[in-house]
Amino acid sequence: MRYEVPETKGEAVSLLAMAEGGGRVLAGGTDLLVQLRSGMVKPDVVVDIKKIVETREITAENGGFRVGAAVTGAELDEHKALKKLWPGVVEAVELIGSTQIQGRASMGGNLCNASPAADTVPALIAAGAQCHIAGPDGERTLPVEEFCTGPGVTNLQTGEFLVSFTLPSRPPHSGDAYLRFIPRTEMDIAVVGVGVSLSLDSNGICVAARVGLGAVAATALLVAEAADALIGTSVDEGAIENMISAIRSACRPIDDKRGTIVYRTQVSGVLAGRACRIALQRAEQS
Amino acid sequence: MAAVEKIFNDTITDRETQDKTLKWVGTRAPRPDGVDKVTGRAKFGADTYLPNMLYGKVLRSPHAHARIRSIDMSRALALPGVKAGVTRDDFPDYPAGAVQPAGEMVINYRDMTRNIMAREKALYEGHAVAAVAAVNERVARQALSLIEVDYEVLPHVIDVEEAMKPGAPLVREDLITEGVEPAPEEPSNIAKRVEFGHGDLDLGFSKADVIIERSFKTQPVHQGYIEPHACLASFSEDGQAELWCSTQGHYVARGHCAKLLQMDVSKLRVTCSEIGGGFGGKTVVYLEPLALALSRKACQPVKMVMTRDEVFRASGPTSGASMDVRIGATKDGRITAGEAVLKFQAGAFGGSPVPAAAQCAFAPYDLDNVKTIGFDVLCNRPKVAAYRAPGAPLGEYAVESVVDELAKTLEIDPLEFRLKNAAKEGSDSSYGPKFGPIGCVETLETAQNHDHYLSTLKPGQGRGVASGYWFNIGGQTSATLNLCEDGSVALVVGTPDIGGSRASLTMMAAESLGVELDKVRPLIGDTSALGYNMLTGGSRVTFAGGIAVHGAAGDMIKQLRERAAATWDVPIEDVEWHGGQAVAVNGYKDQEDPMGLLDIAKDMAKSGGPIVGRCSTNAQGAGPSFGCHIVDVDVDKETGKVSVARYTVIQDAGKAVHPSYVEGQYQGGAVQGIGWALNEEYIYDENGKVENAGFLDYRVPVCSDVPMIDTVIVEVPNPTHPYGVRGVGETPLVPPLAAISNAVENALDIRFTELPMSPPRVLAAIESVG
Amino acid sequence: MTREHITTTINGDPVEFLCDAEQTLLDVLRDELRLTGSKEGCASGDCGACSVTLDGRLVCACLVLAAEVEGHEVTTIEGMAVGDQLHPLQQKFLDHAALQCGVCTPGFLVAAKALLDRNSNPTETEVRFWLAGNLCRCTGYDKIVRAVLDTAAEMRG
Repeated sequence: MRYEVPETKGEAVSLLAMAEGGGRVLAGGTDLLVQLRSGMVKPDVVVDIKKIVETREITAENGGFRVGAAVTGAELDEHKALKKLWPGVVEAVELIGSTQIQGRASMGGNLCNASPAADTVPALIAAGAQCHIAGPDGERTLPVEEFCTGPGVTNLQTGEFLVSFTLPSRPPHSGDAYLRFIPRTEMDIAVVGVGVSLSLDSNGICVAARVGLGAVAATALLVAEAADALIGTSVDEGAIENMISAIRSACRPIDDKRGTIVYRTQVSGVLAGRACRIALQRAEQS
Repeated sequence: MAAVEKIFNDTITDRETQDKTLKWVGTRAPRPDGVDKVTGRAKFGADTYLPNMLYGKVLRSPHAHARIRSIDMSRALALPGVKAGVTRDDFPDYPAGAVQPAGEMVINYRDMTRNIMAREKALYEGHAVAAVAAVNERVARQALSLIEVDYEVLPHVIDVEEAMKPGAPLVREDLITEGVEPAPEEPSNIAKRVEFGHGDLDLGFSKADVIIERSFKTQPVHQGYIEPHACLASFSEDGQAELWCSTQGHYVARGHCAKLLQMDVSKLRVTCSEIGGGFGGKTVVYLEPLALALSRKACQPVKMVMTRDEVFRASGPTSGASMDVRIGATKDGRITAGEAVLKFQAGAFGGSPVPAAAQCAFAPYDLDNVKTIGFDVLCNRPKVAAYRAPGAPLGEYAVESVVDELAKTLEIDPLEFRLKNAAKEGSDSSYGPKFGPIGCVETLETAQNHDHYLSTLKPGQGRGVASGYWFNIGGQTSATLNLCEDGSVALVVGTPDIGGSRASLTMMAAESLGVELDKVRPLIGDTSALGYNMLTGGSRVTFAGGIAVHGAAGDMIKQLRERAAATWDVPIEDVEWHGGQAVAVNGYKDQEDPMGLLDIAKDMAKSGGPIVGRCSTNAQGAGPSFGCHIVDVDVDKETGKVSVARYTVIQDAGKAVHPSYVEGQYQGGAVQGIGWALNEEYIYDENGKVENAGFLDYRVPVCSDVPMIDTVIVEVPNPTHPYGVRGVGETPLVPPLAAISNAVENALDIRFTELPMSPPRVLAAIESVG
Repeated sequence: MTREHITTTINGDPVEFLCDAEQTLLDVLRDELRLTGSKEGCASGDCGACSVTLDGRLVCACLVLAAEVEGHEVTTIEGMAVGDQLHPLQQKFLDHAALQCGVCTPGFLVAAKALLDRNSNPTETEVRFWLAGNLCRCTGYDKIVRAVLDTAAEMRG
């Protein structure tokens, strides 16, 4: 195995393209090193992208933010302006692992690992985040809900890597929130994860909503029916109940060592309601 | 205090101090090994390196049950950098019946040979099949991939009730159940049946106004020590060997390894490293005989360390169990009969802690009619190893749950109910002996009056209590006190220090000698340094180690008095030892200046030679320790998540030599119990393979999962110990399972009879009721 | 196999070592540099026994490739005491009996120091959640949390 540290996007793309599928990108390493140690992956080359400036910066852009794919959870937590605009996204990243994991783990790594239970993904989906990808054929942008195509599988082609995200601007009276269920208080993989983002008009009626649902299907889901249950309402308990039904209908979970079908389906509704109420409160206060 | 003074005077025969106030025992003295532990200097099992060292790795069975037709090491051994390999052919077989006790488990060498390296069959996923030693870990891992094993995969069985059914796959094809008359004709997976009790059950139940009968099910759990097994073995060309290992008993490890390698015990010197947790799981050997065998072949040191994955798959977790308990009581709360049938997984070889579980299950109660039956059942998972009061947490989980239900049905306060039936001094225990002085009643009364029990619950919360018991043991122990030429003292003991026992032993030595604490320096010697020491386990070190240390102090004091007497030319009867000095008394009082350790030490050579206090004993009279736990829980009824809001441990320590470390045992055991009750379990797939062999999905409590754990140390002195000590280390894990289950019942009015009470189980129960 | 040649700073001292690409920082600290204070409990970032700081950030050394520390600064438990002066956290851990077997203690100390370096007045809840990545099986965490809170109070003066 070789270890390479390119300093530009182009160099990284070349290294990955030449490896012909035998290359892995290294950002925080909190997933990759575990997989290396267990023998689950055996790359020919590990490409450390942390010296590539675009992967490590947070810059204000068009009222929103462009966030480098390798920015760590700890750094995101320290960015007051980003936290203010997208508290749900940042709190989702903060839930990944321990303080030590937070010192290294990144949104980009979490997304690219493509676990169906990844914490950042439902929140990024709810936020309508866009992914900026560099590759041998140039650069492209993809909505985050299209990025993961199956457990451990992404839309990235050979030679491509994720450079950064765009988190859009928000109209006034907007709020987002992310909640997950785990059996302990920390350190577990999400049994269910729900991200809700909504915007209200000046009368308190919901004019826009997006709901992301994780750990209940092969990939995280954008649940349009859940959003539809909220749009045009005052997000009262009746609307929330409708949203909860839509969420439960959208679940396609499996039984595994972290949760059962019955349990995940039931709790997804509970969390969706709770996340929605927090997002609503944030929207009313913003 | 008065009781301790009485012990002090009655059992100390060589010491005639007038000073009855304890100076060190009972204080929170500094810990002698503490600085090394907080700076990272202390050396644990994997922290040692030798020149020319090789790295050993084990090839483990991927199958839960398989016949091993052949093992071909040739390609592995041909790999450059590989220096040695071992398989079953390198370990001698032992006939059935080669049995010896070790701590609280009984070791059968026929079984041990097969556990450290599979012979005819691989009996669990993770079972060692071969091992290699190579110049670095990368080569060693590569070598493992070149070993070719021809397996014939067999059907497997894991669950204890499945394993007991006729027609279940047999782990051992010729096993006939012991303890059944007449002996069965057909082999089965039931290794043993045990029975304890007294009285007439039918009569007892006939007198009951209420009888409650429940069945319980638990999953296997792991001790969860943070330090994986690790050792470094070094064989010389002349057949002598040194072993450095993380172990709870280096003398026991020495004995096992010498037997497995067919060498004289005295040729193997074992040094125990600092140990990063054991809880019973490091009372046995896994890597050590393999490292020694590899080192013997290569004549180079071999280091072997388990990965976390190997720890979960291949070391000895405890039993999962199926248990039936039936208890009858009169309407005013007197238990008239108690019965339990306990079925425990033993794993691949017999020896589960079901006998101890059967003995302890009803121990907190004074019963006329009681019977417990235990079944020790083989199945395709690792041989279970001890886990902190082995067996008792399970047996008492079942009994304390039914006791709780009885109390509720009879509308009697649960502590009051237990007090009405509590075991006392003179009670016939459920397993035979009469109790001596014990603290069962005291722990219950303390609980009743504790602020926690008297406080009001918040809405939605539930409160549970449970009692717990462990016998504790004494055992073979040796200690030496060496007087240094400057009057300071070196204390040599032979029990690895798992939780701060060096501090307690040093404090007792200083107390018994009457000298300043910092004049006594402890060392845990290697196996060549002392007579035999049984392992650290059974909550025995402060008890038995204390007896040995006190005995060594007495022996040293006798010699010190003799030297002073000779120096003064005074009869020995007129020389006493007070406050760390020899003083002339009676007719010679005030005629001589007292002589302290320095005064005597500096002239040791002239006065007769080195002064060494020794004691070797097989300590008897270990006092049992009773505990009572109170726990409050919150339950999120929409997700089934249970959180512990408040926890109090009340337990009898006899005498807390170092209260901080006694409190630490109480708190640590309680939190292990919280994990066992709420989240920990082994998860097997349909092939008998462990799905959660890591700390991510084997969920031990993390710091944010638990509140502060309040403790109360009750002291009902144990008269057989110079300071009244009872072992305390194990009892803390006995009450939590039931206490938490009882608290959840109180919150939800739903009785759980399965552990862990993980969120999916709790939510399913809530939904089926609501 | 070519080994990487790495130049870095550990506990303030310049250090050079050779490593394989797959070796983690923890492997190198222990096996190459013999700084065995950082422990391997799981090699998967779940137990925190290998906690170190990397450019001041609390991380698990088992999840950092050794090669990644080129040009960076690492601090380990071995750098916590200065000469024969224990850090207040180390002393408080001893005073509070916040360790029993001691194997998790280096990780807890490094993690707790990283907390107090950022937050001089943490609540009990903040301490517990900050330390959630450090497993202890012996103490039940009670005395550890008390030691950290007491140290914070003392350091605030």
